[in-house]
Amino acid sequence: MFLTYLRRELRRRLRQAIFISLGLALGVGLVITVTAASNGVKNSQSSVLHALYGVGTDLTVTQPAKQGSSAATTFGFTQDIKDIRSGVIAAGTKINISNLSTVQYGILGPAALDKVARQPGVTGTVGGLTLTDATVTGTVPSISAGQGAASYRSSFTTNSFSVAGVDVSNGALGPLSAGRITSGHVLTRREANSDDALVDADYATQNGLKVNDAVDVGGTNFTIVGLISAPQEGNPPDVYIPLAKAQGIGKNGSAGLAHDVDTIYVTAASSADIGSVQREIAAALPSATVTDSSDLASEVTGSLNSASSLANNLGRWLSVAVLIAAFLLASLLTMAAVSRRVREFGTLKALGWPSWRIVGQVMGESIAVGIVGAAAGVGLGFGGAALIDRLAPKLSATVGPVNTASVTGSGRALGTGALKALDGYSHTVSVTLTAPVTVDLILLAVALAVAGGLIAGMVGGWRAARLRPAAALARVD
Amino acid sequence: MYQLTNVIKKYRKGGATVAALQGVDLVIDDGEWLAIQGPTGHGKSTLLQIIGGLDRPTSGTVEFDGASLTGMRERRVTKVRARSIGFIFQTFNLIPTLSAAENVEAALVPLHVGAAARKARAQQALAAVGLGDRLRHLPSELSGGQQQRVAIARALVKDPKVLLADEPTGNLDEDTRDEIIGLLQRLWRSRGLTMVLVTHDSSVASRAQRLGLMRNGLLSVTKAPT
Repeated sequence: MFLTYLRRELRRRLRQAIFISLGLALGVGLVITVTAASNGVKNSQSSVLHALYGVGTDLTVTQPAKQGSSAATTFGFTQDIKDIRSGVIAAGTKINISNLSTVQYGILGPAALDKVARQPGVTGTVGGLTLTDATVTGTVPSISAGQGAASYRSSFTTNSFSVAGVDVSNGALGPLSAGRITSGHVLTRREANSDDALVDADYATQNGLKVNDAVDVGGTNFTIVGLISAPQEGNPPDVYIPLAKAQGIGKNGSAGLAHDVDTIYVTAASSADIGSVQREIAAALPSATVTDSSDLASEVTGSLNSASSLANNLGRWLSVAVLIAAFLLASLLTMAAVSRRVREFGTLKALGWPSWRIVGQVMGESIAVGIVGAAAGVGLGFGGAALIDRLAPKLSATVGPVNTASVTGSGRALGTGALKALDGYSHTVSVTLTAPVTVDLILLAVALAVAGGLIAGMVGGWRAARLRPAAALARVD
Repeated sequence: MYQLTNVIKKYRKGGATVAALQGVDLVIDDGEWLAIQGPTGHGKSTLLQIIGGLDRPTSGTVEFDGASLTGMRERRVTKVRARSIGFIFQTFNLIPTLSAAENVEAALVPLHVGAAARKARAQQALAAVGLGDRLRHLPSELSGGQQQRVAIARALVKDPKVLLADEPTGNLDEDTRDEIIGLLQRLWRSRGLTMVLVTHDSSVASRAQRLGLMRNGLLSVTKAPT
């Protein structure tokens, strides 16, 4: 009887039922589309941030370089230049000088690494070095009086690439974590002191390098054991060598880097602990800068950021507004339908139908309308998401620009890629926006539509339950 | 069957208090047929609704089968209506979306009768009022007389003790009126029903055992004119 009555009643007011369903469908469709777009934006942001930051890393710790101590301007070639200028290196001498050095960031000794590792809530730490290999090749020119520095410059060729010293004992944390080996193998514990290197796949393509080739890093020939594809959004290092080797051949000005690192990658026990761990490390190392991914997120600007704001603000409120409107519409129309059925419900009460049965009937009808609305809404939501997939323009994410003084002065501490990204220039990447519709999202949408039907049914049912049979019949009789 | 003592019913209408019943005393015996006549707005339908448990008096008591309807919780009154009281209305009050058989079945729903038994009993009830061949017809596909027959079948399908009819022939032509009253009379007799029938129509009222006259909320009961 329940289903027969329900079906017949909905068929009788088919147009109204369709109208309510469409209202709910519109609301649900918008929720799906906006949430899918919002998820897409979040995925894009996450992909950009992971690329910049390193998958699995919760915090990074760095030390700002001491003002005036940086050898960045000469890349460690101070003595060589003096020798050329003073004639110690004779004109006509062919030179090939390679230097591997830290450029902008302060050094964190082994004590700092231990201190960070001992902080409560820290489950993993890995040190790393971010170095620049600079090579100068050419022939020392014969300089006559009156010739300036320009003559020197024209006689030499400079080449530089970035080198990451990575702790091979924990590849899940640090610069290697975001990469994927495309050829060869990843650096292993056994290669911790070897002259083996990984090369960024793009860098290898540009320079015609492949597995088993040699690459000169700081004057040492390293054998390429693998090519790694890291997300290009993060400006990955060009070459990865074992940390111990980087510490052995790298320089900080004229000093060596034995046991030193310039970045500590940290994982926390849980995402909820990140804030407290960040504070504890900052307290333990007062001169260091401790950064989490949200700090980096705040540096990201561009249309990706705008899309995120749009999805989170306008989109969310628009869908909430449409949902509320749909719920109100459904409730009002259900109440109107109940008003038109006063005689019917009065009759049923006269027949001995208890109020709960009448309320159940009204709610059943509303929920059925809600389910139809949910189905249509899911369809609309998929359509909206497909439209976004097809029509959405490429979004850009820009990190910076941040001037070098700011970076070194405040000691901004980000992952390897982020360090480069913030290094005095803005870095813009393009991402394709997709709107993924997940099962959770569909379930949420169905629940919303059914809830809409339920609310409408409860409002209508409450009105029906309140009817006194005599009053209901008197309105007719 | 019924004992009403000093039943008063007042209600608010447009800011004023209207006394629909001003102290009705009435006894209705088992198997009795009482017809109530009176001008419009003098309390006939109000009295019928109070007897049927559709409304409660402002004061006074209504006893049904030895139990006080006025003192019962609404849930129990609903059960009494479901089991013991059948209603017939002037405008038939059939559910427009349900077929004749389904309308009759609706009276058995609150009694938790199984679907198959409901169907069988509805068919029997409709056959008893001469509509065995109209089971699947919607109310809109039936004449006024046929609709009232469906309403009678719906009222009687649960074998109630009491049948309360409010102007059951008010919307019918003379021939159909006679036919319906004849049917009610037969059923009253054959089933031993207690029947209270409100009507304007003296020819209908004249068939009852007793006649009550409602005027200004007061009831005076006389023996039937014949």
